[in-house]
Amino acid sequence: MANRTPEKAQVKACAAALREGFEAAGAVPVEAPVLLSASALLDLYGEDIRARAYTTSDILRGEQMLRPDFTVPVVQMHMAQGAEPARYTYAGEVFRRQEEDEARANEYLQVGFEIFDGTDPAAADAEVFARVQSAVAPLNLKATTGDIGILMAAVEGLETSEARKAALWRHIWRPARFRALLERYAGRHPVPVARKVLLTSDDPFRNAGPEIGMRSRDEVAARIEALRADAATPPIPNSDVMLIEAILKVRETLPFALEQLRDIAVDMPAILQAVERLARRMDAIAAHGIDVQALEFEAAFGRTHMEYYDGFVFGFVVEGRPDLPPVATGGRYDALTRVLGRAEGRPEGIPAVGGVIRPGMVVELGGWA
Amino acid sequence: MSIKLGVPSKGRLMEKTFDWFRARGVVLGRAGSDREYAGKVEGIEGVELVLLSAGEIPRELTEGRIHLGVTGTDLVREKLGHWEQRVEEMAELGFGHADLIIAVPQAWVDVDCLDDLDAAAAAFRRHHGFRLRIATKYHRLVREFLKENGVADYQLVDSQGATEGTVKNETAEAVADITSTGETLRANHLKILSDGLMLKSQATLFRSRAAAMDDEERAVMTALVARLGLD
Repeated sequence: MANRTPEKAQVKACAAALREGFEAAGAVPVEAPVLLSASALLDLYGEDIRARAYTTSDILRGEQMLRPDFTVPVVQMHMAQGAEPARYTYAGEVFRRQEEDEARANEYLQVGFEIFDGTDPAAADAEVFARVQSAVAPLNLKATTGDIGILMAAVEGLETSEARKAALWRHIWRPARFRALLERYAGRHPVPVARKVLLTSDDPFRNAGPEIGMRSRDEVAARIEALRADAATPPIPNSDVMLIEAILKVRETLPFALEQLRDIAVDMPAILQAVERLARRMDAIAAHGIDVQALEFEAAFGRTHMEYYDGFVFGFVVEGRPDLPPVATGGRYDALTRVLGRAEGRPEGIPAVGGVIRPGMVVELGGWA
Repeated sequence: MSIKLGVPSKGRLMEKTFDWFRARGVVLGRAGSDREYAGKVEGIEGVELVLLSAGEIPRELTEGRIHLGVTGTDLVREKLGHWEQRVEEMAELGFGHADLIIAVPQAWVDVDCLDDLDAAAAAFRRHHGFRLRIATKYHRLVREFLKENGVADYQLVDSQGATEGTVKNETAEAVADITSTGETLRANHLKILSDGLMLKSQATLFRSRAAAMDDEERAVMTALVARLGLD
């Protein structure tokens, strides 16, 4: 790294000060275990989490992971016992495996601020953003915002089968896969030969060999039925695909982005509500005295690496230094509270939004004297 | 001191490696009895033979404890992050060919490619309440390959041997393993996905980028590289 590694004591002092700032905003300080049960994280993220989190194990508890972030344990704690509305803050180490870039820290402090409150989501989004922004203000960082909820609304509004929508939803956070599916559903590519042969065969199981393993013949037959139904589904109109592509291309300052999205919503009314949510959020952010005219918005922001966020997302980075990790990130994760709420008998979840700051980066960049 | 050459300590891989070096005037062999893991080198001065398990050779190379080593490309890529920065490929030896592939039961007539595997995995998870299991010992390579190809809702289960049997034993639904002829897969009623080839591997001579050399050793290395026709 170009800058010297800051002293740990300084970083800790910075973390404590940031946390105090959030406490002053009414957040209750909470702790989280360093070792988390691996199964909850694996259920949420799949095997990909193994590339990001350190795994260890013992013979009694099985696989454990060194916490890769606080959001999951804090949401679990809240869904188990939290009264609402609630706001929390925390400061502590997180651990990230680095398989690509040895220069990146695999252990660093994170300070976070989370709001669990469904009364006024736009105001909660704006408050988290404004508090994080003011905490990192001396560093002159570049802020970018986004909103995964707009793409989700566009998918939800497609005139196609529920099965296709579910498949697209499932891959919202995998852009290449999402695109491939969308193009296939639009009939842009010919049906693969193997698929054609399967669906035209009078006995698809003729050369199937013996049934082995846990995936039963019934399951195979059910999927063939699903494939037949899919083959009979009319293609998603090209105009809809182009509208989704147009949404993903929106990359403007916030007011212009809003204007572009409103234009798209004329042809795709399904996103109207999500776009108006964005408008309310913009006003709420402006009410904190933040210059929204200069605030960047990218519709595709956070789509590859912020997978539990399903609405507002934001990040603060050092401009011109793509080698450095973001100093602060955050977003809305309503769906995560529903998933983790299930185990606690609260599948309805609660609207929630939060952000984290890396005090080590703040110190390194000279934002803490 | 001497240049240390790591070679797999048993089986066809060892014999074929000995053949390859002998054809180039470097005679490798075991010292003493067949059971002893000490080696001897004839035909060039200053080279020491270290007999090791093929799976340990990547680690010994990256730690710099051996200067040269023969092992499969699959093992180097699985075990070493940024492998190009840690070792240099000197020569492909033309044997030990194996493809790292993904295979599923032949009975899955609905699954031909990774796309299908992903869709089947989603349905499997809904139906069974856990993620579709893929048995492998190549955790990192498989995970990266499936991530690149957008396959989700699977889990890797560790299998260090007899991987093809895991489906029948119901400890996995699919396998990711190396195969040379596909014979074992067919015998176990498995088929390779049409786009399920992850890596073509073969026995390869690697040079460590970490192993220190003095002037004398550097001269031996130069002579050895020349003798092997790799300069």
